[in-house]
Amino acid sequence: MPLNQALVGTVYPAVRYEVGREKLREFAIAVGETDPIYHDEAAARAAGHPDLPAVPTFAVVLSMRAGQVVYGDPDLGLDYSRVVHGEQEFVYHRPIRAGDRLLAAGKVAAVAAKGRHELLTLETEITTEAGEPVCTVRATVLSRGTAPPRGSAA
Amino acid sequence: MSPHELRNVRPGDALPEVAETIERMDLVRYAGASGDFNPIHWNDEVAKAVGLPGVIAHGMYSMGIAARMVTGWAGDPAAIRRLKVRFSAMIEPGQTLTAKGEVAEVDGGRVLVRFHAEDEKGEKVLSKGEAELEL
Repeated sequence: MPLNQALVGTVYPAVRYEVGREKLREFAIAVGETDPIYHDEAAARAAGHPDLPAVPTFAVVLSMRAGQVVYGDPDLGLDYSRVVHGEQEFVYHRPIRAGDRLLAAGKVAAVAAKGRHELLTLETEITTEAGEPVCTVRATVLSRGTAPPRGSAA
Repeated sequence: MSPHELRNVRPGDALPEVAETIERMDLVRYAGASGDFNPIHWNDEVAKAVGLPGVIAHGMYSMGIAARMVTGWAGDPAAIRRLKVRFSAMIEPGQTLTAKGEVAEVDGGRVLVRFHAEDEKGEKVLSKGEAELEL
């Protein structure tokens, strides 16, 4: 079944996320990052960071949570077992840091047919609770075999 | 390299490569750290049932390794303004992923790096990688 085009532009309720130092260290270890600025507060401060910074791809943790809200909308019609990750983009306004209290709101940015498949772009806006922009995350996933048949009204 | 030295970079400069041999434990650890528990990354039966040869690495795990190359070269995660990749092939445990990149454009303090990550056969696992950095 094709994805619901009418939902393009829809912004979903934000999820809250409090950034902890141990979580940042755990994620840095998981991607093999050993630079002390991601693990040691003194090293982070010496490098000019107010607290431990996240490695750049940590923002995906928040965008996945926001994505679960979007993908879980029954009106969207997404079958997650058909999904293949196509592209990923992060636009950074500043690094995520330990102690940040963040909001991540997902949006259906685009739905486009590509042959028999559909491309769904999820855009997640990450801000502080005070509204400071932190990161914009775009994930494009391929929904395999769900494009409407040619010639049908989309 | 410290951030101020980015002023001295030239198009064509290569970034030091980052190579990582991927073990199944790495994927389990990444699943736990990231919250992405899709079983195709740790359960062979589920992976085979959906037509894969066995478990495959998370695309975002590969992107995390490639990002290390960029931040390690820039010296400061705050210098990164944008990071983008296309996931173009899968990689299985036991294989080595190598991230390679070079400076494509320099405009004042703004630098565009193009990069990819490939498996041992040279097949691109991540393609069309772009990183924008600013001082």
